[in-house]
Amino acid sequence: MKPAPFAYHRPRTLDEAVALLASEPDAKVMAGGQSLVPLLTMRLAGPATIVDVSAVEGLDTLAVDAEGVRVGAMVRHADVLASADVRRVQPLVSAALSHVAHPTIRNRGTTVGSIVHADAAAEMPVVLAVLGGSVDVVGGSGRRTIAAADLFLGLLESSLAPDEVATSAWFPALADDAGVGFAEIARRHGDYAMVGVAAHVDATAARVGYLSVNDVPTVVDVTGVDPADAGEAALAHLAPGGDVHASAAYRAQLVRVLTARVLREAHEHRQSRQGAA
Amino acid sequence: MTLSTDQQTGEDLYDVRLRVNGVVHDLRVPARRLLSDALRHDLGMTGTHVGCEHGVCGACTVLVDGRPARACLMFAVAAVEVDITTVEGLTHPDGSLGPVQQAFRECHGLQCGFCTPGFLTTITAGLEENPDPSHEEAREMIGGNLCRCTGYQNIVAAVERAAVLRREGQERP
Ligand SMILES: Cc1cc2nc3c(=O)[nH]c(=O)nc-3n(C[C@H](O)[C@H](O)[C@H](O)COP(=O)(O)OP(=O)(O)OC[C@H]3O[C@@H](n4cnc5c(N)ncnc54)[C@H](O)[C@@H]3O)c2cc1C
Ligand code: FES
Ligand code: FES
Repeated sequence: MKPAPFAYHRPRTLDEAVALLASEPDAKVMAGGQSLVPLLTMRLAGPATIVDVSAVEGLDTLAVDAEGVRVGAMVRHADVLASADVRRVQPLVSAALSHVAHPTIRNRGTTVGSIVHADAAAEMPVVLAVLGGSVDVVGGSGRRTIAAADLFLGLLESSLAPDEVATSAWFPALADDAGVGFAEIARRHGDYAMVGVAAHVDATAARVGYLSVNDVPTVVDVTGVDPADAGEAALAHLAPGGDVHASAAYRAQLVRVLTARVLREAHEHRQSRQGAA
Repeated sequence: MTLSTDQQTGEDLYDVRLRVNGVVHDLRVPARRLLSDALRHDLGMTGTHVGCEHGVCGACTVLVDGRPARACLMFAVAAVEVDITTVEGLTHPDGSLGPVQQAFRECHGLQCGFCTPGFLTTITAGLEENPDPSHEEAREMIGGNLCRCTGYQNIVAAVERAAVLRREGQERP
């Protein structure tokens, strides 16, 4: 199939982009297009207007400092993954990104686009949620920062208003006494995962985030639980579903196995960092 | 980007300037024209193949500023201000086969050839980034492209052969 007709705009400034979104009924932002274009081609989406933000000035900055990683809206997955600074300051971002699609898709797709697309099968929304990051947006009513906990409302539904553009995502740095881990199981290399798990542990808490399990990226607090039992404990907060990729029972089993694996990895990572410090 | 209207369909048309294999093309297309269709239908460059048309198979892969990208996941109106390289642009200026193409021929890296343009562009960029891939890296390089015929073994061999041909080509004065 081919996409239905739409009007195309290529603004150069954020103000222009926001004005277009406010004035055009049924307009949609396009960043890397790696999720939107397939939806248009399959006619699962049919906006009247597309506002392509790829030429908007100032959205392509990747900034890393001791506080964390700020990824501009037009920074491609590939550039975030290639950054040694990102890997050093927040290794969970890099670990998860290597599981996002194939390199060719990562060359165009943006990390911010992937977050606000709010696909429960995507890696980066879960990473943002586990780390307690946030997204900055600009819209008709001004600027605001949305915490990850308030971002994901439902299946492919984020809390951005239709006239808002996400300008960047922020991932806090990994603290010295903390460790992270990530793993997922997919049918084929580069496919969306049947289940994926991200963990963050420090001296006082252990948090685990799940993708492809619930309708939204879900973070469960497993502080004090033995890694071997943490998956079972997490399942009390999860509702794994069955589909053509995996049955509900198999997903639950993946939750148990991957939770234990990833929590141990995070604890080991934490120890190795303390050993190095 | 100037607008006009298609007399038959009433659809808005956009004037788009594409740079493909170093040549500038001006075309007038609706916003929904996929880059893959613009290349094939509007420019007659049928080397770029279309399989799944949703980003999965890799047959349509072209290079955008040297990096592999799915032509089926870009609109022609948005493919401006960049250099696009298609499989037609991988031959040497004298028309002889480029190193990756030559390696595919030597290693029997294709059967029906449907997937081949996407492999050739992907591997060309992959060897630019990593000129001396290990066997594992050669496999990894083509992980995002599907082939229904070959079973991939000969394609992996072609990646390794292309790396050698490329180095030999660069050593020549
Ligand atoms: C074959 C294939 C495999 C893939 N596999 C994976 C995978 O394993 N894991 C994974 O996580 N992803 C995967 N993806 C999706 C990929 O990561 C996308 O790049 C990403 O989901 C969306 O980023 P984008 O920049 O392409 O966004 P677009 O496609 O441009 O936009 C997606 C949605 O987000 C909105 N949006 C984007 N940017 C903004 C912004 N700045 N402000 C407001 N709204 C915005 C758009 O309106 C649209 O609704 C895959 C894609 C393909 C084609
Ligand atoms: S046709 Fe573009 S990836 Fe299959
Ligand atoms: S050679 Fe036929 S699909 Fe690859």
